Amino acid sequence: MTDTTSGTPQGQVSIARRISALAEPLIELLIRICGFSAIFFVFGIFFFVFSSGAEFMLHRLEFGEFLTSPEWYPTSVTNKRYGTLALMAGTLSVTSLAMFIAVPFGLGTAVFISEFCEGPFKEGLKITVEFLAAIPSVVWGFIGLAIMNPAIIKTFDAPIGLNVLNGGIILGLMSVPIIVSIGEDALKAVPDTYREASLALGATKWQTVYKVLFPAARSGLLAAVLLGVGRAIGETIAVLMATGHAVQIPSGPLDSVRTLTATIAAELGETAQGGDHYQALFAIGVLLFIFTFAVNLTADLLVRGIRNK
Amino acid sequence: MSTAVEHHRFSATPVTEKSHRRQSAAKAFLGVSTALLLVPLAAIIGLLLTHGWSAITAEFLLDAPTAGMTAGGIYPAIIGTLWLIAVSLGVAAPIGIMAGIYLNEYAPDNWITRIINLAIVNLAGVPSIVHALFGVGAFVLFLGLGTNILSASLTLAVMTLPVIIASTKEALASVPLAFRHASWALGASRWQTIWNIVLPNSVSGILTGVILQVSRAAGETAPIMFTGAAFYLPFLPQSVQDQCMALSMHLFTVSTQVPNVPEAFPYATALVLLTLVITFNFLSISLRTYLRARRKW
Repeated sequence: MTDTTSGTPQGQVSIARRISALAEPLIELLIRICGFSAIFFVFGIFFFVFSSGAEFMLHRLEFGEFLTSPEWYPTSVTNKRYGTLALMAGTLSVTSLAMFIAVPFGLGTAVFISEFCEGPFKEGLKITVEFLAAIPSVVWGFIGLAIMNPAIIKTFDAPIGLNVLNGGIILGLMSVPIIVSIGEDALKAVPDTYREASLALGATKWQTVYKVLFPAARSGLLAAVLLGVGRAIGETIAVLMATGHAVQIPSGPLDSVRTLTATIAAELGETAQGGDHYQALFAIGVLLFIFTFAVNLTADLLVRGIRNK
Repeated sequence: MSTAVEHHRFSATPVTEKSHRRQSAAKAFLGVSTALLLVPLAAIIGLLLTHGWSAITAEFLLDAPTAGMTAGGIYPAIIGTLWLIAVSLGVAAPIGIMAGIYLNEYAPDNWITRIINLAIVNLAGVPSIVHALFGVGAFVLFLGLGTNILSASLTLAVMTLPVIIASTKEALASVPLAFRHASWALGASRWQTIWNIVLPNSVSGILTGVILQVSRAAGETAPIMFTGAAFYLPFLPQSVQDQCMALSMHLFTVSTQVPNVPEAFPYATALVLLTLVITFNFLSISLRTYLRARRKW
């Protein structure tokens, strides 16, 4: 494959050919290295995030307290406590509300685009969803801060509008595009013969959707929802700006919370590099990495399941 | 449904009529929920325009912030964002394109390739703030690059790599296998075939992914916060070893950290950022649509 000059008398081999014979193995090696780069980076991310907090995590952090205590007081003078339960509750509450909004809207839109639209109208809708996905998270956060905050205060007569409700709505809208696009792929992957068979038996399009397509595309649709969840768990700046800054387990949607991601973003700049607090933030990073890794792995296995079928 | 009277022999039964009514209701419901999604998009653009348009002046776009960021403009942030885009693109594009070439042209169908694909999915799913921690741990501290444009751009590059890999793969996969067979049959090597046949036929498709990467990189805030973007800098960056301001970071700063900012300033900053991002998206989507329409095979 690389030996393109073999069999040719030496004098007749053009310079260009010699260069290419020399360069080809090099280029192919480079391509192979780049091909594996994603693996290096994923391992690299885990390695560097873990090792930056390892000394504290392995020696001074009590994992029981870290995972089950709601008390996050990393700057307390007398009694520093590193419990992330309240932060996890923050992430969970905002993510749940976001999914409550994003799943019906996302799957509904995926079905509408995939099964009820055609031609330029379908393309137009898909492009619009892409534009929705393109809005930067800091702009979403700003909308939460400047528009939704006063609106929530006015509507619910709440003391503050930066809370679970605000963050959940913002995150829900941010997660919709990924659910739509993966959900639409899942529906597209169902063979047309299924639809034709169902319609030939006299079923309406809608009956076909929920009696045939939903069961057939079940794992793909679930993967779409999971990727939406992953997106919502990992979102940082928007929730930092929209959920207020209260480390507490929320009792209702009008309570302010702080998520795992927002805690890192809010506190990393104020900590001494290498200190316990700094390392504790990297420990939260490890936690987030594990959460999203599990979610993405499950989604990927589900999607692979469809392809193999 | 209403033809029951005219055609007795084929009249719809009550069951059929019911299922048809359900079908119409479902379609209407799905249509409305889709339409409701367009409301926030329109609302955001509309609100940013109405509140921010008045502040967009030549001075705002071409001056540095003054008076503790309560006056002046956003010029250094625009320039900083352009630096970050250019450097991260310079790193992510070659690696991402070559990774895409590997996966589509070289990779055997085995478990290692499956792991690579899984890694790409995970790389895309890692939270942006974890990418920031990685950037701090790997580039700023371990490699000792410090907080500057280079560290921030490398972090952005790793984060946006999956976008380029995915679209390169898709672009290469759309080149018919017969093209490669013809080239191989003429005695061309695998790389010669890729260079002379596959890449020229997929370059625009790859470009759509590259443009999309630019759009992602321009909008991110968390990955650059601790790796190189500054709250405020009185000068423009001269090299990749300087820190820089960035539009996304500036929007975060003026809307959360700085008191007494004129009301229109953050709206106008958001408008400029959104315009930049949407423009790149629009370019990418137009290019893709044009290519699909033009494709001959």
